[in-house]
Amino acid sequence: MDSLLTEAFLTSLLFGAVTAGVPLLLAGLGEQVSEKAGVLNIGIEGMMLFGAYAGFVAAYCSGSFALGFVAGGIGGALVAALVVLLCIRYGLNQIVIGIAVTLGMEGLTALLHYFQFSRTYPRLDLAPAWALPLLSDIPVLGRALFTHNPIVYLAVLLVIALGWLFRATYIGLNLEAAGNKPAALDAAGVSVVKTRAFAVLATGFLSGIGGAYMANIGAGLFVPFMTGGAGFIGIVLAMLARGRPVWVLLGAALFGISLAMTTALQVAGINIPTDVVQMLPFAMVMLVLVIFARHSVLPPALGLPYVRGER
Amino acid sequence: MTAEAQQVARRGAPGSAGARDAMASVLRVAVPILLALAVGGIILLVLGKDPLAYYGYVARRGLLTWGGLQETLTRMSPLLLIAAGLIVAFRAGIWNLGGDGQFLLAAVITAALAPALVGTLPKVAILVACMIVSAAVAALWAVIPAVLKARYGINEIITSLMMSFLGISFANVLVKLFFWDPSTTVPQTRTLPVEERLPRLFDTTIHSGVLIALAVVILVHLMMTRTAFGLKLQVVGANPAAAVHAGLNVPWLTIATFTLSAALIGLGGSVEILGVFGTVRADWNPAFGLLVVPLVFLARFNGYAAIAFTLFFSALMIGGDSAARRIGVPQHFVLVLVALLLIFLAVVEYLDHQRRKRIGA
Repeated sequence: MDSLLTEAFLTSLLFGAVTAGVPLLLAGLGEQVSEKAGVLNIGIEGMMLFGAYAGFVAAYCSGSFALGFVAGGIGGALVAALVVLLCIRYGLNQIVIGIAVTLGMEGLTALLHYFQFSRTYPRLDLAPAWALPLLSDIPVLGRALFTHNPIVYLAVLLVIALGWLFRATYIGLNLEAAGNKPAALDAAGVSVVKTRAFAVLATGFLSGIGGAYMANIGAGLFVPFMTGGAGFIGIVLAMLARGRPVWVLLGAALFGISLAMTTALQVAGINIPTDVVQMLPFAMVMLVLVIFARHSVLPPALGLPYVRGER
Repeated sequence: MTAEAQQVARRGAPGSAGARDAMASVLRVAVPILLALAVGGIILLVLGKDPLAYYGYVARRGLLTWGGLQETLTRMSPLLLIAAGLIVAFRAGIWNLGGDGQFLLAAVITAALAPALVGTLPKVAILVACMIVSAAVAALWAVIPAVLKARYGINEIITSLMMSFLGISFANVLVKLFFWDPSTTVPQTRTLPVEERLPRLFDTTIHSGVLIALAVVILVHLMMTRTAFGLKLQVVGANPAAAVHAGLNVPWLTIATFTLSAALIGLGGSVEILGVFGTVRADWNPAFGLLVVPLVFLARFNGYAAIAFTLFFSALMIGGDSAARRIGVPQHFVLVLVALLLIFLAVVEYLDHQRRKRIGA
């Protein structure tokens, strides 16, 4: 057991936790914006996956990681635009379209990857990392938490920014009204459709970046189906966070640690099937749900299309 | 003309209205399928493949050759049982999307149990016991989402998906840690000898599980449309608040439906092992769960229609499998088709709804 507590083990565990947690954080924050506005965005898995693919191809062709993230965000937003058109503009069933988007993007990205790279999986170079001055000199924590790609710090800043947006701006109020009482928002002269469209596009953009991070930084390559349920975890994080971005951050950290456990344990030379560790985060969510079930609150209008004048 | 007058006018000409309704329901199904195939064809064109050659090959291989047809009919059995499970749940307004976990766990339980029982019981008893135990395990796996939904109103989509991921990993853990046949190098359970599996039909390679699946779908359809229990479930699905006011025990019905749905899906996993594979290898996951969802929607939760669509989809899968090798279009293309089908289905449904609203029906 001594090997579990070495510096190398802790560093690799925490570093891995950040790498695994950031896509979940971005997806969870994105989903939170949608859910606040009353849209149950089941297609987030598909948005992440397309973001991962678009981000990888952009980074692979240009050699620029920054461009990769931009492409990932735009890719995710493009998929979100489809959801906006079908579910927000025309009010089609959000669950049916969400499943369609997820399945479709799974198939489409796998097809595109196959026709582009055949059966090879080209790798990107190692991504640049920013060592934060002073903080990165702390033993263990410095290497693990403060030597990452800039997007990681941006994601954490986003938690604060969203908290402020939800609490102190009209945009935040409009989003909340769109989820709680869309008719009131409509009566106040703000378009429910536009508010929700904005929310879903933001979700797509954020989860697309999350997917690109997974491919370009986490794995360094694109593999079909690589998101493996991360989008669904994002949905759960958003559900449990009750509209508070900080809780998404905590949840993503928890999940990140249990996902990083797999690799960290292998580094420490302990051999258990990876499946056991992969069960941890899901078991944890179910446990949390069973214990705190009463406390996961969703907006009343979640998943319902808004039709003016209908009740 | 007012809506009422229109209705009177239509009642005045029952023959033509009936014909128009029948026509409309054919269109509601045919249009999404054709649109999905057309857009899928455009995608194939963009990727530099000939769509007609692809679809032609899929149809020939999936339906028009004897070997392919047998494979297609065999593939129908797990899909039909999953469809039966989804029909029960969806009609009651419950989104059981945890099918993959329920299916796999049941499959692993069957694969562990059946070879161990060989010799201790008569063959039929073993087959039946495996199906019952596996279905029960699958049902058990749905209890947590069911209770969370019934008691606290927690969205069952999320919880059943979570339980599905858990179930898939847990099935692998079971194979790798507990049921690993020591005589194999790759982790897999002991294999049920071919003569102990579900009997084949006549001289074909089709196993009798297909008949079980057909019978179950029809029974489920009759249960949902002809019995008091089915009617209660439909009321819960159509309007939970009204169901409460009608004095129905909604939480109990929710739990009953959820577990029954999971049990039927689990039966699908069990039958697939007893009929086709005889063993479960680690990391095996056909992921049929989400794929059956659009079929059930296309069928509008009708069991008979579900049988027809399952046949169509099985042929697509079997044909698509060989097309992947022969024409070089990966199997993933089928996922794209399913997605397109779902989207166009929803669009056509929407247009139909708008049309009805316009004519005031």
